Amino acid sequence: MWIQILLVVAVIVIGLFLARPTGGDSHLAIRRLFMFGFVIVAIVSILFPQWLSYIANLIGVGRGADLLLYALVLAFLISVATTYRRNVQVNRRITHLAREITLARAEAEDALRRAAVVDSAARPEAPARPEAAERVEGTVRVDPPKLDGAAGQVG
Amino acid sequence: MPERRSHVRAQPILFCKNGLMDSSAQVDPRRHSRDTWIVIPLYNEESVIGRVVAELREHFDHIVCIDDGSTDDSVAEAEAAGARVLRHPVNLGQGAALQTGFDYVGTQPGAGYIVTFDADGQHRIEDAMLMLDLAKRDDVAIVFGSRFLDDRTNPGWVKHVVLKTAVWVTNLTTGLQLTDAHNGLRVIRTDAAARITLEQDRMAHATEIVLKLGRTGLPWREFPVELLYTDYSKSKGQSVLNSVNILVDLLVR
Repeated sequence: MWIQILLVVAVIVIGLFLARPTGGDSHLAIRRLFMFGFVIVAIVSILFPQWLSYIANLIGVGRGADLLLYALVLAFLISVATTYRRNVQVNRRITHLAREITLARAEAEDALRRAAVVDSAARPEAPARPEAAERVEGTVRVDPPKLDGAAGQVG
Repeated sequence: MPERRSHVRAQPILFCKNGLMDSSAQVDPRRHSRDTWIVIPLYNEESVIGRVVAELREHFDHIVCIDDGSTDDSVAEAEAAGARVLRHPVNLGQGAALQTGFDYVGTQPGAGYIVTFDADGQHRIEDAMLMLDLAKRDDVAIVFGSRFLDDRTNPGWVKHVVLKTAVWVTNLTTGLQLTDAHNGLRVIRTDAAARITLEQDRMAHATEIVLKLGRTGLPWREFPVELLYTDYSKSKGQSVLNSVNILVDLLVR
């Protein structure tokens, strides 16, 4: 009976952890604590094989192997939860990075455009605008890599 | 001065009678061209974006497309039609594109209002103009477009159920009482846009934007708009399965 209570509580805690707003590096700390516990339990079960069955009987599980399975299920859930959160944080960082690149590029292009307008206003007879526009193309524009066909064109 | 209502249920034609468009200055089709920036998230819409931008250019000076890593000729089409195109180096999602647009417009001198507009041509420019009229006349910071305030739009019953569920979830989480969620046509005053940061990169931003704008406490309205469900926008539209993604994105952060 104890095992049912333990498992249900553990699953609920993992679920709550998933739904909680992101807070710093807590997922990393939990991962490390979990790994530490895993190492300890592994060593103990190697040294004292009867230990697992003893614990299992204590909390209402028939065999040590069954307890191991339950523990694995929980471990998998925790792993999924922490990995998901980690992914969300990494994605957020990528977004900030990409946005900074986009805005920096836009600022540079705007500055060149303003310069081109001033240029053409100062010398209306000179073809300043097309030149400047080419400069924008050449120096600032960084197109996203084309995955298909680009290699063939290079060769 | 008409009383303040959170829901505007009148047809646009009634607004003309109420005095929204009675002076000659206000029926000028370019009356909002100087202080309004159109923000269009753009992702693989090469067949329609040129026409959408060209039509917007007849009414507005400033059209910003945020290309979200398109693999087709969307960027060239939008630029040829006269839009300012910002390019995400990788695909991030529509919410991320909107936030990039807000950040960019925030740096532009003279920007007073942002209109978010979909690239697939399902919004009517006339609706955007009337929403801007309303925002300026009643000095509200946010105007949400809603397709359910009148019966012009017929999304079909599956989409109707999905959208109404999205509305229900949105109202539940935001505390606002909207009649439509996930409608891409919005008018946001720049000071309101500066006070929010969208962190939902994907489609869940539509609920997030309502939530965060609502938290600013600035005055808001809904305005009846029509969505033009062309075959193209239908084929591009969100599938029912995608609403599962939206729900998970909102609940699991």
